[in-house]
Amino acid sequence: MSEYFVIGLDIGSATAKAVLLDNEGKRLAFAVRPTGGRLVQSAEDVKREVLLQTGVSDDCVKAIITTGYGRDIIQNKTKSITEITCHAKGAYVMMPEIRFVIDIGGQDSKAILLESDGQVGRFEMNDKCAAGTGRFLEVMARTLGIHLDEMGDMAVRSEKSSKISSTCTVFAESEVISLLAQGEEIPSVVSGLCRAIAERVQALVSRVGVVPPVMMTGGVAKNKGVVNWLSKTLRQELIVPEEPQIIGALGASIIGLELIKRSKGSLDKIIQNI
Amino acid sequence: MSQRVPIRSTAKMKELMGFYYMMAKAGENDPNQKIAWITSGGPVEILHAGGVIPIYPENVAAMAGTMKISDEICAVAEEQGFSRDLCSYARTDIGSALSGKGPLMGSASPKPDFLVCCNNICGTVTKWYEELQRIFNVPLIFIDAPFQYGIKDRPEAIDYMEAQLRNMIDIVGEITGKPVEWDKFMETLELADRAVKLWREIQDLLQHKPAPMNSFDTFIHLAPIVTLRGTQGCIEYYETLKAELLERIEQGIGTLEKEEYRLGWDNLPVWYKIKFLSERFSQHNSALVVSTYTRSFCYQAEDRDISNPLRAMSADYLAGYINHGIDFRERELYQMVQNFSLDGLVMHSNRSCRAYSFGQYELARTMEEKYDVPVLLIEADQNDTRMWSDEQIGNRIDAFMERVAGKKKRNIA
Repeated sequence: MSEYFVIGLDIGSATAKAVLLDNEGKRLAFAVRPTGGRLVQSAEDVKREVLLQTGVSDDCVKAIITTGYGRDIIQNKTKSITEITCHAKGAYVMMPEIRFVIDIGGQDSKAILLESDGQVGRFEMNDKCAAGTGRFLEVMARTLGIHLDEMGDMAVRSEKSSKISSTCTVFAESEVISLLAQGEEIPSVVSGLCRAIAERVQALVSRVGVVPPVMMTGGVAKNKGVVNWLSKTLRQELIVPEEPQIIGALGASIIGLELIKRSKGSLDKIIQNI
Repeated sequence: MSQRVPIRSTAKMKELMGFYYMMAKAGENDPNQKIAWITSGGPVEILHAGGVIPIYPENVAAMAGTMKISDEICAVAEEQGFSRDLCSYARTDIGSALSGKGPLMGSASPKPDFLVCCNNICGTVTKWYEELQRIFNVPLIFIDAPFQYGIKDRPEAIDYMEAQLRNMIDIVGEITGKPVEWDKFMETLELADRAVKLWREIQDLLQHKPAPMNSFDTFIHLAPIVTLRGTQGCIEYYETLKAELLERIEQGIGTLEKEEYRLGWDNLPVWYKIKFLSERFSQHNSALVVSTYTRSFCYQAEDRDISNPLRAMSADYLAGYINHGIDFRERELYQMVQNFSLDGLVMHSNRSCRAYSFGQYELARTMEEKYDVPVLLIEADQNDTRMWSDEQIGNRIDAFMERVAGKKKRNIA
């Protein structure tokens, strides 16, 4: 049994994620739940879930590092760190050769260049707009009357791809309705939507300047349609980890572990070390 | 955090600026007192020498921004059909002229008898002042300052400026009915020159660690050099401020409890978010210690001929940061990084100011790749609050500071 454990909590706009590590950095459990506007409760829920899965008690958790939009409102945290740093760290731990991370979450997309030692280099985030984010896909799935999880396969299977000219979530919605009215097939529209996101994110990535190998993280990385279009647009292979959604929480937990190791276990020293 | 020691001179500046605007308001009803509206890069010395009170629509718009009334004033201009894509200073000014609303004791600036527009700060002012000319039906003096693409300013452009300034001296005399006296003009140029030097010295004092004030202070203390350059009051004010800063340096008074990181700022401030930005950077023990914006008001041409003050003035009005291309801006930014021991640069990509924001992405890349200086780009607007999001900008600042801190720790290790 490990001497102590560390939890990384990523409280995003759409989902809350938790990762539990042992003192050697082994990932023992993770949990993902919709945030649904209740940030504090969802954070507590995912934390409970990883503890329950492993039977670890609260007292044995030595550090809780929070990240994501809800990072600062979570009580009893050791430290909050931005998702930029956490995604970079998580990706680096998964694959140390990674030089670039594209993270597309619920309400923002990020392009992060990594230094060769895994530290954050230049980065860019999307404008104050939901275009090119997970929220865009969610709204479109609702408009099309399909499930979010179906979209990726549907897009990949479609031979046709409708041209969606608007990247504004509100205008794209009416564009989609009008395409359907003109008789476009749903899979073709879905493929077009995935391409619209890819093109939007490509502009962001190009501003930083892509350096391979590239990892894609965040919930949208689970959508094969977006991954394929983005890979085509960037002319780059994209590495998608098995659980792309939890990379931020993983990074947060690793940072927690590093802080403890650097401080030789003392929590007071952890805080001084930050 | 320990209590911040306020800058005493600020009260004196408020007095000085209050008196200036009071005199300007009083001048509006005096038939013998001429008032001119002028762009921030305009040759104001000619106005002061000719006894004309200058009003700076940009300065008034910035006040509206800090008082958070710019949105409602912009809306007046937008209702009249001015696009939201137009500069928010122009919208604030035009909205104010049309509605009479403004930050000067709740009202707009005193009406102009004539207008002076110099395009050394941007192209938008040309159309903006033509619009003012239509609204007020008054003469417009236009000074065309050619954009300088190279590092060295072209002599024929200086000739061109000189000819236009000579012409302006005559026109101002015609409008006021009293020719501008040459001796008075020379005296004004000398006063302006002293004020500009003081303003530069004051900003250079922030090279000291810890910096005795920060860029959020210099944004505020900028007002006299913009509006009162060429007057005795301006010099007296900056002498007081400089003495206070020297005193702060001697006593080791900075603006943060612990100044760990030093940053530079590019472009105009986000006037309605000064407090937010100041607090957010402070949370990271980070001080903004220099800005291209406040330094814009102390540019003097490199090889100016001091034996010929009008010639030197002509060269100075071409010499500003934003009247120059990318190579010049790169050199200035890198000098700032070195002279002020900066750990990074914050670039405000300002939707309103295309002339300033142009090339920032390219400059950011150059600063990162060529000089290894971390750069944060913030997309916002100087006066339009609708272009701002606390959450998103705050997140970018936090992530950037994590990066800067990590880099500094690695460099020390």
